[in-house]
Amino acid sequence: MKTDLPRRATLLLGSVALLVVAAGASMAVGARPVAVGEVWRALTDFAGTTDHHVVRDIRLPRTVLGVCVGTALGAAGMLIQTLTRNPLAEPGVLGVTAGAGFAINLGVLAGVTGSQAGQLGLAVAGAALAAIVVYAVGRVSPLRLVLAGVALGWVLTGVSLGLRLTFPDVFDRYRFWSVGALAGTEQTPLLLPVLVTVVALVAALATTGPLNALALGEDVAHALGAHVTRVRLAVLVLVTVLTGVATAVAGPIAFVGLMVPHLARRLAVDSIPWGMAYSMLLGPLLLLVADIGSRVLLPTGEVPVSIVTAFLGGPVLIWAVRRYGAGAR
Amino acid sequence: MSTLTLRVGSVVIEVERRTAVVSAVLVGLAAGLALLALCHGQDWATPAEVFTALTRGGESAFVIREWRLPRVAAALVFGASLGLAGAVFQNLTRNPLGSPDVIGLDAGAYTGALVAITLLNGTAGQLAAGSVAGGLLAAAVVYLLSLDSGLSGLRLVVVGIAVNAMLTALNCWIVLRAEIDVALAATGWNVGSLNGVDWAEIRLPFAVIGLFVLLLLVISQAVHQGALGDEIARTSGVRLGRLRLLMVLAGVGCTATVTAVAGPVVFIALAAPQIGRRLARAAGVPLVPAALTGAVLLLAADLVAQLLLAPVALPVGVVTTAIGGCYLIWLLSMEVKRR
Repeated sequence: MKTDLPRRATLLLGSVALLVVAAGASMAVGARPVAVGEVWRALTDFAGTTDHHVVRDIRLPRTVLGVCVGTALGAAGMLIQTLTRNPLAEPGVLGVTAGAGFAINLGVLAGVTGSQAGQLGLAVAGAALAAIVVYAVGRVSPLRLVLAGVALGWVLTGVSLGLRLTFPDVFDRYRFWSVGALAGTEQTPLLLPVLVTVVALVAALATTGPLNALALGEDVAHALGAHVTRVRLAVLVLVTVLTGVATAVAGPIAFVGLMVPHLARRLAVDSIPWGMAYSMLLGPLLLLVADIGSRVLLPTGEVPVSIVTAFLGGPVLIWAVRRYGAGAR
Repeated sequence: MSTLTLRVGSVVIEVERRTAVVSAVLVGLAAGLALLALCHGQDWATPAEVFTALTRGGESAFVIREWRLPRVAAALVFGASLGLAGAVFQNLTRNPLGSPDVIGLDAGAYTGALVAITLLNGTAGQLAAGSVAGGLLAAAVVYLLSLDSGLSGLRLVVVGIAVNAMLTALNCWIVLRAEIDVALAATGWNVGSLNGVDWAEIRLPFAVIGLFVLLLLVISQAVHQGALGDEIARTSGVRLGRLRLLMVLAGVGCTATVTAVAGPVVFIALAAPQIGRRLARAAGVPLVPAALTGAVLLLAADLVAQLLLAPVALPVGVVTTAIGGCYLIWLLSMEVKRR
């Protein structure tokens, strides 16, 4: 295992480099293309031109939020796939994202989402409730868990859509958010979501050790001194917090947490801590690439990024079902 | 179970008594709901006024005949059509979850319809052909991708869900590309709706659905044999390969034609066959109770969509999506309990 270290470190550095390239592209590409050199000057030597303003005031915050949301979703996916030992698990597919989104919709309607902290709290509470319901209904098998999640997602998105169509004025401000997009998030205060995400990510990295033990089976984990129940609870809390924050910022975005861990595990070969690290890098990479795609795909405007991730994620779900779903009923 | 025997000339039809009674009750229910839907509107018309308007005309005749009647007719025929499609596919997959709205056939049909609208002229004929082609293509993809695990089982359903997610995303993209007012399209897409349906829109779809129902009628005996198991079907002389192909064609045709006009309306195809089966206490998934239950369900859902937040008329798809999800959760939790 130790001999793998150079390879893993190289992969890690490669992922970081790719992420930096994607972030640069995310600040350059859009309705008003900005040359890469100009992006660099806007960040280091601000001169107040229109290009500089576009980069600093619109694309930079959007990129930062994209990285924040992508990291959160990637890490949440890795955590839940490892915990449930279910290669099909994912906060979006399991309806956790829909739960968070629905809670915010209700909050908007009741007029209690004035503060960003309140919105985050609501999202996390909604995510937790949805996770409990889906787990209770679908715990017997991996495929059933997916079905329960999809069913709950139907209910919640149906009711949310009904609410939005009924009270269009109330939800006008949440137009982009409600379909899962990074567009329109440029004005969001960055501090709180980034802070919460960073804390949750550090905690997620800390749980990888006990999770590694848990992956060997409950008995072994007990013997190795891990508190099985406590670890499980901690992981579930982290998943709901990460999903809640991501949803509160960008709306319901599915499939990122499904795609990323599969690739991360391939790169990490059996090591959960390394897999987690890769997930945290590949998540934002994927979301930034999808977000760039969402700006290019439509000549007249923008496609919500959740549509791009769904289109990319569908084949991965099919592949995972065919690869891991054999014999499962 | 006791049976009723009907003789019309040389044709003898045997019907189980319970199925006949249930069907009669469902027809009565549908008629009652239809009357209610004809009465309900901006101004409430009394049943007597509705009858006058339908038979002789009168002051409210235009509203009732040209506005309310097509909507009610569409809800009944489309509901029955979706119920039939669901029964066909649940028979094929032997799985209460294997219905066309869950496994992405509706989304595929909608893609076909959207392509017909955006790339071609979008005439009624193109719309019908495009949606059926799209539905068949989606069915072929789902079938090929889950071939090695067989038609039954949850793998097919999850593969279908993945295909559904991709096609829904594709549909959103097409809608957004086509619409100038992007924001408006972003909220209302991909939900089935009967708002503003008129006669001109539904004449051809009704005829197409009639054709597919005729096809189902011809093969219905074989479908029921097939539902009893491959061996029994084979020994009673059913050619399974050809039968399945025809079933897929008829099922996709029924659901795709509805989708082309109203957009994807989920839940009816999922629930109607199961409710009908329980009511009739029949083996397999019988077609007639499924169709009648579907008609009642869609008409009731459309009424709820209009009444719930009046004067705002919700798309009926919003109501059916929410109810359908609840039903699916219930179905799953019952299966968990049984273990």
